[in-house]
Parts: sequence; C-alpha cells; structure tokens
Amino acid sequence: MIDCAAFIGPYPFRQLPHPDPDVLVRVLAREGLSGAWVGYLPAPWQRDPVAANESLLAALVPHRSTLHPAPVVRPDWPRWEHMLRDLVEQGSPAIRAYPMHWGMGPHDASMRALALSCGELRVPLVLTVRFEDLRQRSALDVAGDLTAAHIRTLARAGASVRLVVTGAGRELLEETHWSLTPDEQRRVLWDFAWIWGPPEDHFAHLVRTIGAERFVYGTHWPLRLTQNARANLDLLPESLRHAAITDVASLGR
Amino acid sequence: MTDPLIDAHAHFYHAESGRGDWERVNAARMRAGDAIGVTYHVVSVLGSYGHTSPTYFPSPTDVSRGNDVMRAMADADRERVRWYVTVNPNHTAHALDEIARGVASGAVGVKLLASRRADDALNDPICALAEEHGLPILHHIWQHRTREWPNQEISDGRDLARLAARHPRVAFILAHLGGGGDWAHTLPAVVDTPNVYPDLSGSGVDRGMIDTALQVLGAQRLLWACDLTMETGLAKLRALEVVGLPEDDLRAVRWGNAARLFPPGTFPRCVAA
Repeated sequence: MIDCAAFIGPYPFRQLPHPDPDVLVRVLAREGLSGAWVGYLPAPWQRDPVAANESLLAALVPHRSTLHPAPVVRPDWPRWEHMLRDLVEQGSPAIRAYPMHWGMGPHDASMRALALSCGELRVPLVLTVRFEDLRQRSALDVAGDLTAAHIRTLARAGASVRLVVTGAGRELLEETHWSLTPDEQRRVLWDFAWIWGPPEDHFAHLVRTIGAERFVYGTHWPLRLTQNARANLDLLPESLRHAAITDVASLGR
Repeated sequence: MTDPLIDAHAHFYHAESGRGDWERVNAARMRAGDAIGVTYHVVSVLGSYGHTSPTYFPSPTDVSRGNDVMRAMADADRERVRWYVTVNPNHTAHALDEIARGVASGAVGVKLLASRRADDALNDPICALAEEHGLPILHHIWQHRTREWPNQEISDGRDLARLAARHPRVAFILAHLGGGGDWAHTLPAVVDTPNVYPDLSGSGVDRGMIDTALQVLGAQRLLWACDLTMETGLAKLRALEVVGLPEDDLRAVRWGNAARLFPPGTFPRCVAA
C-alpha cells in the first residue's frame, strides 16, 4: 500500500521532528507501507515551483524505490506544460497543486487546464484540503481550506481527470461527492486521515455510502502521526473491517 | 493480559440531547473502547448539548437532567463506566448542590465546561468542594486563547494555571491537548503548576506533540484520553508505544496517573491488574 500524502522538508509555522527522507523510509517500513508519494512541504508557500521540485527530486534520489516524487506544477507559471511533461517523464507518479495558496478560485481556467493535462498524461492530480486544523493555524497562514467548488469543477473538467484529495473531512467529502455524476465521482479518490472514526463513525458511514474503493491511504507525515490512518481502519465496525480501499499504486501510468 | 487503560475524557449523549442517533454513538464508543482495550471510560454529559440550552452554558435544569442520565448510564455499566458531575459555575448554589448530589450517587470527578473563564472567582467554591471530596476537575480548554470564540467562554493553559495555583490540593485535568489551538503554548503555560495534568485527547494528532509534552512535563503529568475521536486516541496510544518510554512511564500515562488523581477505589480492575 502506497501512502499518497507524505512530505519532506520543513513547515513554515512550527518545528517538525526530522522531516527527512531516510526517517520517512523507516516510518513506512514500521507501518507496513510499501512506499509513498512524497511532496515538498515548503512548496505551497514558495512562489516559484522550480526550486522546490529540484530540492524534492534531489532529496529522494537515494530512496527512489520507496519514495516517489509528487512534485508541484503551478499552472499560472511560464512553461508549466513543459515542466509537467518533464516531471512525468522523469517518473513522477502524481502531481501536486495548491490552488488556495496560489489565490486561484474554483473556476480558474489554468487549474482546469492542469487537471486535463495531467489526465492526458495519465497521472493523478493531488489536492490538499489543509495542512493543519483551522483552530491552530498561524495568523500568517491565510490560504484557507480547499473548497468543494474547486474539487467538483476539476472533476467535471473531463473524463481523463483523476483527482486524489487529501485531508478532507466528512462534510467537504459529501458535499463534493454528491454534487457529481457517477462518472465524475469515479474520478475522485479521498484519503481518510482527517475523517472522524468512532464514536461519530464518519469514516464507517462514508465507507457504507460512497464505497471503500473511493478511499486511499494517506498519513500526512511529517505533520501528523502516521498511526492515525491505520487506527481509523482498525476501528471500523466488524462488518466493514475487510472493506478494500484503493492502492494509489494502481493509478500509475 | 494487556495493561489497563483509562479514558479520562469521554462523553455520552442521551434522549434529550437533540440527536436521534444518541444510542448508536454511545454504543460505538463502547465498541471502540473494547477494540482499543479501554478498561474504564470516565464520562460526562454536557447538559442537553445545545438542544435546550447551549452546550458550554447549560441551564441548571439541563445540567441536572444531564447528570441524572449520566448517573443512570454509569449505574447500568459499573464494570466499564465512571462519571464526572457537570456544573455551570454561573449558578453557584446549584453547582454546589449538584456536586454533593453527584458524590452521593457515585461521581468521581467534576466537569467544568467553558461557562466562565477558568480563573474566575466563581470557580473557587467549586474547587473548594472538589477538594473536600477529593475529586479531580476536568476543565475544557482551548490551547492558546488568542481571541474569543462564539458559544463558549474559552480558557487556556495560563487561565487554568491561575485557578490551579489557588487550589494546590486539587488535581486539574486540562482537557484535550490535541483538541485545537496551539498545544505548544499550553505546555510552558502549565509547567510550573504541578497540579495541572493535560489529557492527550482531541482530534489533533500533530507529530511532536506527545514527545514535547513528555519532554516538558514528564510522563507523570499526562493522561491518555479520547474525547470525541477515538481513532486519534488509538493513534496516540500506538505512538506512545513507539517513542521509547520506560514501562513505568507508559503505565502512568495509560492508567497510573488517573488512578492516582481520582478517589481511591475508583478503578478496582486497574489496581487488581
């Protein structure tokens, strides 16, 4: 099972213990995960994505069998189409984008173009709803959570689009999922790291209503405890304990 | 046999709490507790949870009704459930009566919400009565209060530390270190007030929180708990197991500290184990 929501690098708003690739490799082994799509944590707050991607790719070189780069492509940046093609040709299994951090609204034409281009290249586009709970966010961190309007606009962009949305809670997920046609719903996968388990049992409810196959495994390391996703699975009611979630490895080219 | 485990911060709903699925939610707590290995749940009912008066400012009627149903639920599951008596300090006489009534019917602690700032003088008679009965006080806390938030008069670690300093013989359980706000602010705010004991509950599972809490406060001042999200409780339990804590420290966080803070005899199955 691949972790679709891991990062390396420092976080601007608090000290993270050892956000380094070699530590991530050990953590994945401890958690029984075969690898991770890895983003570069400073990237959302940097204007120019080139340096962030270079740092990411260089840091992952010694660990490429386990850590797969999920670099960032900013579709309002000159030559982004070339950057996307190069990154995919170099073996990136997924591309990340942060429309909230780039000030892009839900109907931004460049984001739509990026989603379609990723679809044509058969790589999923990874969207991050949030890095931290709103209640603890720094006053300087003003991007806000990703909205359902952003997600459904991209999901409707075309049949080739594949989205992996990480960090959503039940409310955002349901608003998005039930605003899409069945075909459009199948273009969106969700991780469940931020979805509440028992006693509210939001995760169990969603497994029942939208299906286990819509969920993928994401830890949000190094921001969050990797144990949380596994705990959510382990605390599903007995009748759902064997529900099969999707491995993002199956989404590759 | 696995080591005992006490969830020091749990809630039950009831028929008058405005949600039709209250029994399912309560049952899910016990189902998950069994899966995690919880020996005792220390539970409170927060009035009507906003149905007939605000959750954090419950009316005296709702406080009493909530405590009544809480007592009945605890009596129905003596094996696994202990309970806090909930009070609203804005109604001093009622709060003191509720504590006396609660102690007479088996309450083992006092639950303070966010009805009044923690360091407000109205909390003093409540603390004094808690001391008289040897009860710990679980106090709802926002980690680092930087502004007011609607529907609660929030307190943070600094506020609670001021109250705790006035009542050094009362144990104060600082609610949900992972429950929103900045936990890194809370730890230095209470480090010099030894009768404040943060519980680890809350939906937040920040990496670094447990390690830093252990570093700053030590294992003897932390209590494992879940509050509203038991998957985060299980994740923290598993994290505690991999941070390399000495066995005695792990035992303290799992149940030993709670057994020390609550009245003697509260958790016989832990002591027996």
